[in-house]
Amino acid sequence: MDFLNAIIVLFNFTVIPALAYGSQLALGAIFVTLIYAVLRFANFATGDMMSFGTMFAVILTYYFQSLGFGLGVLPTALLTIPFAILMMILYMLIIDKFVFSYYRIKKSPPVQFAMVSVGVMFVTQALIRIIIGPSDRRFLDGEKFIIKATEFKEITGLAEGITLKSTQAITIIVTLIVVSIMFWFLNRTKTGTSMRAYSDNEDLALLSGIDPKRVVLITWVIAGILATIGGVLYGLDKSYRPFVYFNNMLPIFAAAIVGGIGNPFGAFLGGYVIAFAEIFVTYAYKRFISYLLPEHLEPDSLLQLLSTDYKFAVSFSILVIVLLIRPSGIFKGKVI
Amino acid sequence: MRNYKNVIAAYSIMIFLIILVGIFQSWSIALTILNYCLISAVMTIGANIQWGYAGLINFGIMGYTALGGLAVVLVSVEPVKKAWQVGGLNILACVWIIVAIIFVVKFILNRFDKSKLRNYSVASVILGGIILLRVTAAPGIEAIESVDPAKTGFLGGMGLPVLFSWIVGALLAGSLAFVIGKIALGLRADYLAIATLLIAEIIVSIIKHEEWLARGVKNVIGLKRPAPYEIDLQTSEWFINLVTKFNSSKLNLINSISDKQEALNQMVIDASSVYVKLCFTGLFLTVVIILLIVTQKALYSPWGRKMRAIRDNEEAASAMGKNIVKEHLLIFILGSAIVGLAGAMMVTNDGLFTPGSYRPMRYTFVIWVMVIVGGTGNNFGAILGGFVVWFLWVEAAPIALFLINLFTSHLPETNAVRVHLIESAPYFRFLVIGIGLLLIMRYRPQGIIPEKIIKQ
Repeated sequence: MDFLNAIIVLFNFTVIPALAYGSQLALGAIFVTLIYAVLRFANFATGDMMSFGTMFAVILTYYFQSLGFGLGVLPTALLTIPFAILMMILYMLIIDKFVFSYYRIKKSPPVQFAMVSVGVMFVTQALIRIIIGPSDRRFLDGEKFIIKATEFKEITGLAEGITLKSTQAITIIVTLIVVSIMFWFLNRTKTGTSMRAYSDNEDLALLSGIDPKRVVLITWVIAGILATIGGVLYGLDKSYRPFVYFNNMLPIFAAAIVGGIGNPFGAFLGGYVIAFAEIFVTYAYKRFISYLLPEHLEPDSLLQLLSTDYKFAVSFSILVIVLLIRPSGIFKGKVI
Repeated sequence: MRNYKNVIAAYSIMIFLIILVGIFQSWSIALTILNYCLISAVMTIGANIQWGYAGLINFGIMGYTALGGLAVVLVSVEPVKKAWQVGGLNILACVWIIVAIIFVVKFILNRFDKSKLRNYSVASVILGGIILLRVTAAPGIEAIESVDPAKTGFLGGMGLPVLFSWIVGALLAGSLAFVIGKIALGLRADYLAIATLLIAEIIVSIIKHEEWLARGVKNVIGLKRPAPYEIDLQTSEWFINLVTKFNSSKLNLINSISDKQEALNQMVIDASSVYVKLCFTGLFLTVVIILLIVTQKALYSPWGRKMRAIRDNEEAASAMGKNIVKEHLLIFILGSAIVGLAGAMMVTNDGLFTPGSYRPMRYTFVIWVMVIVGGTGNNFGAILGGFVVWFLWVEAAPIALFLINLFTSHLPETNAVRVHLIESAPYFRFLVIGIGLLLIMRYRPQGIIPEKIIKQ
């Protein structure tokens, strides 16, 4: 019984939150990695682009709520995602047309692209703050919990309970659906294959008749979908705040590099690696251990490897370690 | 000669703009802007050495700035004796443990061949070391942080003069750059950018959360100054006489003695703040000029030519026998040390150390915009970039407010759009900076004052 309790404590406080957080990171990381693979630059506007898409979802959610639309137990935001995606893709295509395409045609070095994306980051951040303001917004409605700890305890009769928030379940399910559709698209369809060919060798792809404009367009479309869904899921789970989204860019980059930048599947797993590492290293194991050990051996301290303040630092340290030991990432990405 | 005309014209416009601020807003604000422009100029000189001379992309400027600020606290604050008594021993023990871990890891790496066993043993040594560190440090940190937590709760500094901390700040930043450079400099350019960005974030989070070191997010206030304090000036005889002398014509117009005294008091208060800022301006200007002379000399020395050669064609320079790894590391350290110096200057100017305020937006990306806008590879350009961008960063909000009011003046006061726009005026600075950067990148990629190659 004690053993079961210990497992449930661990599950409740580390595995479930890490799965949800990892899914959000994974979506962002695939976005980064796709842009890197096809358009060949590190996009420093990642966090703010995700925030931009989420902003539309937030505004539309408020609008729908005022009209009385809704999905009942599910959050209204799910209904607004398609519209937000459309706006996001439109914005990305405009940015690409007026900013990035010039440097792509000129074949500028990646550093120049990175600096340009910093400019885009500034502009996007300004637009977000001018349109919706910098304050914290919650836009979650509908049922908050699927299982509450007390209910779980009553059903199973255990001392510890599992709390499953509806946002966590939605995050994990939506991520799995989106990612599997994306992988199917990349690996099984002709367009997906042409994208991978373009990413592997641009000149050869051009020779075999692949239209670069189409590849770029489709990349931005997929990027828009991933960015918006990732952003909205994060916003539902925590809350929407532009500054936090900018900061989230950092673990997302870490996830993309850890997984091997340019490799979408690596980025997907990288998100979970980063999330699990962050939560496992900063979790206080006292309660978990106290179930496993006999009573007189119970520890006094919290048994926490690092305080939760260092959550971000953990993911960055993993990145540094990976860069040192295996610079191409866990799954071999583009050669550095 | 034509090149110099450009430089002189650009700088004159800049000075003229600052004087305009002095006339329309106040001299105190104008001097504050000027001081920050000078600090930004030091940062851009540092960033320009790395990017303009050697083509190294360093997005970790925030980390070095914060480290320079930390140096001010560690050097100039009086030591907290009680904290040292209760927890000093633990902290010193921790330093020894860290040194021991590094030596053990180095020993294992040197002694044994590459294998799984070696990796696991290194990992276990580091993990064990961290656990040992936490066990040793925990009681000491707790004791230190409970020493009068409202005022101190940290170890304090060394109680030395604050100007000394500028050098220490540069040294600290330089030595950190040595470590980071060893780890990250082999990476490709955009990887290096990401890695340095993340490492800077780690440094700031350590400074933020280790309260025994510099109070963390509780901030250290009332730092020493290399300039006199306003209060002392307002009560000293010679300063009041000086102010009276300067404003004698104005004062003579006032008839009643009590009014005269009141006017004089106000003038003394204003003048004292301007005087203090002028002292800072003088100090900062000295630093900027010394750095400018040194970096200019370096740029046109054989060493500078070597750096440019490495930047423009790494393989060719390497084939000519230049040690690229060594030169890159050297320039990474030099540039970072200058940024650390700027960080120390900034904290000295503010008189307070607020780790919570270090954000990559303000301390990394804006500095980069300064370098790109001003002119990469040209020190005059980089400094000008510091001035222009900082000026825009500060004055964008008032200018945006003015324009919004102008264009929406036909709308009623309570119009939702107008109210919303006026509320969001401060965020127009991001828009101005972003669009400025994009325009410069597109139409004048070499910056306002481009790099000048002297044929020798």
